[in-house]
Amino acid sequence: MTNCPTLIVTVGLPARGKTYISKKLTRYLNWIGVPTREFNVGQYRRECVKIYKSFEFFRPDNEEGLKIRQQCASAALNDVRQYLADKGGQVAVFDATNTTRERRGTITAFAEQNGFKVFFVESVCEDPEVIAENIVQVKLGSPDYTNCNTEEAMEDFKKRIKCYENSYETLDEVLDRDLSYIKIMDVGRRYLVNQVQDHIQSRIVYYLMNIHITPRSIYLCRHGESDLNVKGCIGGDSGLSPRGKEFANYLGQFIQSQEISDLKVWTSQMKRTIQTAEAVSVPYEQWKALNEIDAGVCEEMMYEEIQQHYPLEFAMRDQDKYRYRYPKGESYEDLVQRLEPVIMELERQENILVVCHQAIMRCLLAYFLDKTAEELPYLKCPLHTVLKLTPVAYGCKVESIYLNVDAVNTHRDRPEVAGAKEALVSNAH
Amino acid sequence: KFMKCCDIIENLNCTALLTSSVPQFTNSPTLIVMVGLPARGKTYISKKLTRYLNWIGVPTKVFNLGQYRREVQSYKSFEFFRPDNEEAMQIRKACASNALKDVVIYFSKEHGQVAVFDATNTTRERRVSIVSFAKEKGYKVFFVESICDDPDIIAQNIADVKVSSPDYLNCDKEEALADFLKRIECYKQTYVPLDDEKDRRLSYIKIFNVGSRYLVNCVQDHIQSRIVYYLMNIHVTPRSIYLSRHGESNMNLLGRIGGDSGLSPRGHKYATALGTFIKSQHIKDLKVWTSHMKRTIQTAEHLGIPYEQWKALNEIDAGVCEEMTYEEIQDNHPEEFALRDQDKYRYRYPKGESYEDLVHRLEPVIMELERQENVLVVCHQAVMRCLLAYLLDKTADELPYLKCPLHTALKLTPVAYGCKVEHVFLNIEAVNTHRERPGNVDVSRDPEEALKTIPDHF
Repeated sequence: MTNCPTLIVTVGLPARGKTYISKKLTRYLNWIGVPTREFNVGQYRRECVKIYKSFEFFRPDNEEGLKIRQQCASAALNDVRQYLADKGGQVAVFDATNTTRERRGTITAFAEQNGFKVFFVESVCEDPEVIAENIVQVKLGSPDYTNCNTEEAMEDFKKRIKCYENSYETLDEVLDRDLSYIKIMDVGRRYLVNQVQDHIQSRIVYYLMNIHITPRSIYLCRHGESDLNVKGCIGGDSGLSPRGKEFANYLGQFIQSQEISDLKVWTSQMKRTIQTAEAVSVPYEQWKALNEIDAGVCEEMMYEEIQQHYPLEFAMRDQDKYRYRYPKGESYEDLVQRLEPVIMELERQENILVVCHQAIMRCLLAYFLDKTAEELPYLKCPLHTVLKLTPVAYGCKVESIYLNVDAVNTHRDRPEVAGAKEALVSNAH
Repeated sequence: KFMKCCDIIENLNCTALLTSSVPQFTNSPTLIVMVGLPARGKTYISKKLTRYLNWIGVPTKVFNLGQYRREVQSYKSFEFFRPDNEEAMQIRKACASNALKDVVIYFSKEHGQVAVFDATNTTRERRVSIVSFAKEKGYKVFFVESICDDPDIIAQNIADVKVSSPDYLNCDKEEALADFLKRIECYKQTYVPLDDEKDRRLSYIKIFNVGSRYLVNCVQDHIQSRIVYYLMNIHVTPRSIYLSRHGESNMNLLGRIGGDSGLSPRGHKYATALGTFIKSQHIKDLKVWTSHMKRTIQTAEHLGIPYEQWKALNEIDAGVCEEMTYEEIQDNHPEEFALRDQDKYRYRYPKGESYEDLVHRLEPVIMELERQENVLVVCHQAVMRCLLAYLLDKTADELPYLKCPLHTALKLTPVAYGCKVEHVFLNIEAVNTHRERPGNVDVSRDPEEALKTIPDHF
């Protein structure tokens, strides 16, 4: 995608999920390898006006307020320009209300001037329960309301929304027919998609149409300890060791104790994840895409053997573990590409347990916890430990549950210096 | 056979194997219901969508009401479709009923997963009866409505597919056109589009003016989400797709499969000839795609056009059989060799891939091919077979035996409901790499029987 950069512009009244969508979309795009950054105008405003007093700041007749808000928007757009034009950014998400046609016109002109494509994402919602829940989840805890109690904050925020309502011009089927946009109605019940221009916009639309906000938890764990794990070998397709089998049983008990409604279980097509899932006694689905990273010529070798037979490869992997591809095998970068349909389906699902492998789990975790490509290959995913991820506010709460069955350690830290001796020092087992 | 990898485990709890890109559901089947005036692309969409779903492994079939009608009534004129023609109404209702009966058989007895009911379905009354029918049977319903008021598009549509329809065999073009326009008028009077308010609980996508705008309502599940994504990526802008394998490689000459070798001298010649051919076609804005393997990249280099490399276009991974000749495979893995001949589509090389896996990894390529306009894809034998099977609607059984010889470019141009294919052999000799299914596929067969259909090599 060496085409024009894309400027995504959110549109909507306060508490319609614009920032939630901006952050989530940014996280997804970065994970699939599209450098993306969000620019939240509210943050610029907070930096400018150090102390938030009340909703009065947002009154449409507050000249001074308007001036400051315009300046903040300009400052944000300036940073957008720098990010897309000078800093290698591919997508910028301009997160603000942008509720008037006039404001959107200014942004479109700015984009045209700079050779950026524009794609609007409007969130429309009139369900008072959804809005109230929204306010409770992310507004009450906002820096704007640190010194208010819940009722005061709620009252003020509602008046804030009112300030925008009168001048709100929703994207119009006729007047805005030449713009590219998606209108999300009632948190995804309904979508209007207009003039999708290119591949990235098509992917963005597909993603936005698959996410939901129904509360649920995602459980991630690796297979139980395998025979090859015990030997210190990577890859292969071995079965569980006795301790691995014990873990599988404990996992089954743990899952039952959680009393999860409608739990789906996914495994890879390798013996060790299937054997683990069998003990959970819940129907499971096998995904080839969840198979462990293919270590090519290094399959079933111990790190010592790899150092011996392929010292150069071993060093190169340590230099760039994310992009390095085993000869006749895969890289973490390849893994992310093959896991993308898994992530998409994970977004559609509700309660789910994914029994997978070390490299796979690192990729999935990096997606949920917004880790960079540099951090990803070194995320700690020990055996016999279940991670319970629960979406909350703009992120994910993580609970780590060690099921008290010993296992070898398979984690290899990045060595200080990529050399032969050093390479083996940081080894597991 | 494809459960071999877990044959030591009693898969008591395993409900689905996601070998293809869609889980093999044990869920409710889905009834897709087309909605729209005549000449709005309903049949085009029905056939294309069906082709796509079958290719990704979801058994799908189209039930075209017009065909049911043609079987019981020879067409005279638009008068048949007048809303006040009582007798015709009875016939049309009976046809719809028969079509839905066949849908039931398809789902219950023929392992169908998706049925596309291709008819106008332009009244709320008709749609309500379909929804009750589906509810009674436990089918999910997803409506696809095509709305178009651009007279040019409609006229083009009629010229492309209506004038040559069986209904108008004995008419000249002007007569056919005039009659068809009156037919459309008959439906217009009673047409009630899906309504934002009244139909807010239905699951549907409304396509406006061939894709400039979409309205998507209440997507229920994975398959509907995939259908929406697909429909939002297809277009009808005229264009051509060129498919070619890399030029002959050094491995090809030795009769070896897989690997990552460079081009042979003849292969280089082909690449040059391909470049000349492409230039002579004067293709506007041609995109060129290759795999990450040397032989496709070397081929593309001769074209003098910027190209994009896709790992997804890499040749099928033959696992433990990589770089072997068929004779060596027979020597070293005679049982595997036979199993492959028994079910070439689903058979997965040990530590390698199956054609079924290939289709899964090629799905994003197909999706992007749909979005693009003029494209040349330089790829490999198994990969090209998969792409061709998608474009020409070949079954999983036919796919692994499609003929994709070296040094031959295929030019595919969408036309009417299908694809026109032109074979261009660029007159540079190459080995044959096509191996037909031998007569004896039994595991106990003699080596000679296994090797009977092997193409010659050095």
